[in-house]
Amino acid sequence: MTTTSVTNTEQYNYDVIRKFAIMTLVWGVVGMLVGVYIASELAFPVLNFDIPYITFGRLRPVHTGAVIFGFGGSALFATSYYIVQRTCQARLFSSGLASFTFWGWQAIIVLAALGDVMGYTQGREYAEMEWPIDLLIEVVWVAYLVLFVGTLMKRKQPHIYVANWFYVAFILATALLHTFNNLAVPVSLFSMKSYSLFSGAQDAMTQWWYGHNAVGFFLTAAFLGMMYYFVPKQAGRPVYSYRLSVLHFWALIFLYMWAGAHHLHWTAIPDWTSTLAATFSIMLLLPSWGGMVNGILTLSGAWDKMRTDPIIRFLIVSLSFYGMSTFEGPVMSLKDVNALSHYTDWTIGHVHSGALGWVAMVTFGSFYHMIPKLWNTKMFSNRLINIHFWLATIGILLYITAMWISGIMQGLMWRAFDDFGNLQYAFIESVAAAHNLYIMRAIGGLFFLSGMVLMCYNMYKTIKSGTTEQA
Amino acid sequence: MEWLMWFTKFENTKPVSLVIFFGLFCGVVFYLYGSKQRGAQLESFKNIPLQDDDI
Repeated sequence: MTTTSVTNTEQYNYDVIRKFAIMTLVWGVVGMLVGVYIASELAFPVLNFDIPYITFGRLRPVHTGAVIFGFGGSALFATSYYIVQRTCQARLFSSGLASFTFWGWQAIIVLAALGDVMGYTQGREYAEMEWPIDLLIEVVWVAYLVLFVGTLMKRKQPHIYVANWFYVAFILATALLHTFNNLAVPVSLFSMKSYSLFSGAQDAMTQWWYGHNAVGFFLTAAFLGMMYYFVPKQAGRPVYSYRLSVLHFWALIFLYMWAGAHHLHWTAIPDWTSTLAATFSIMLLLPSWGGMVNGILTLSGAWDKMRTDPIIRFLIVSLSFYGMSTFEGPVMSLKDVNALSHYTDWTIGHVHSGALGWVAMVTFGSFYHMIPKLWNTKMFSNRLINIHFWLATIGILLYITAMWISGIMQGLMWRAFDDFGNLQYAFIESVAAAHNLYIMRAIGGLFFLSGMVLMCYNMYKTIKSGTTEQA
Repeated sequence: MEWLMWFTKFENTKPVSLVIFFGLFCGVVFYLYGSKQRGAQLESFKNIPLQDDDI
């Protein structure tokens, strides 16, 4: 037995977790709704209505910001505070700091969305926010780090459970990425406009070092922390191998940092950086699948739960999508495959198989486990969880299938030559050919959004029947 | 300080970093799987999430 015995006098700070949990649901609906709208704009451009504020170019960062930082970020704050307190058997180090991270983070998401709609952007993917918002992120993030590490330091459990390692890596790496990617000089103290400290290929490499590691640390490592706690909890059995989880952690953390330049194959960057990034991307398959196998085998001997427990179904299917997208990613990082896939919808499909299939599904499963515990009650309806599962799964499949077909078709059309060596297709022909697939993608998104709305209803009824009094 | 110039050449630093990182990786693998006793202790930590309901 490795844990210390603790008396039931310690109370956890669930208040901030509840707030983050509710905002996760709110941002989920907002972000996915905007996603469905911009997907519809691509299928039916008339939906732009000639209003600059709602054109695809402005709403797209609103979508990515709301789902990644609003939905995903709030989910990570909520689950990290939940897990660190419960596995360390310690209350959050400071309630004031916890509250500051909540209000600070929500202000950032709102300001970022307003900035995007108004047309203020750095033009950096997933980091469109201009410098005043970047400074606010820096302050909130440091507060988060201090709070998390401070809580770890006052733990009563001698060992720091592996889920917390993933969260610490995510917080540290995000701080590093955010700081260096946003080094910029403002035009003036009262101007929203700024210019990057880097230029040309260096600027591109900095952006994709950030962009890829935002995927690696924000959307992967942190959600693995979620997985390493909630899969064992919901399955009622410990993770398959703790040693494999530690190996998974170190290998993943080391390898991810080097892979970013695969987003810039066949551009002006030095060829060796491309090769280096592709090599590390291929190596990433091993720890990624090690983690996936570790999560799935946690259910070894209890597979019947997949039939009976829709929450387990969410968690295990999320791991399956994690495995699939971490196989697809290395394949796409190969230069020859990338020559076909780059700039096409295949990339969009890949991102969404990870974002919807892995990130959102593991969040749904974790929240269906966590929210009843936060409000000392049971889920209002298991049947609605099951319907949500199928809506989400069908939505993802429609989405990624449409984007695979559209992406590969675009790649093949753009590289086709006729007998005289001229391009066989005009660009607009590839756009017209993708039209039906764009409709299919929007329908897939609508399925996924419907599931999210259903979840909110289920959660509302659950929360209404619960109490915040701690036992 | 001339010796520091050795580190500025990629043909030197690349194999050195390969040896360092591969050595570290081997160290982690040995730490995890090199001793049955340590392995059993590490595996016992996997029960931590399951024990937090008892608190």
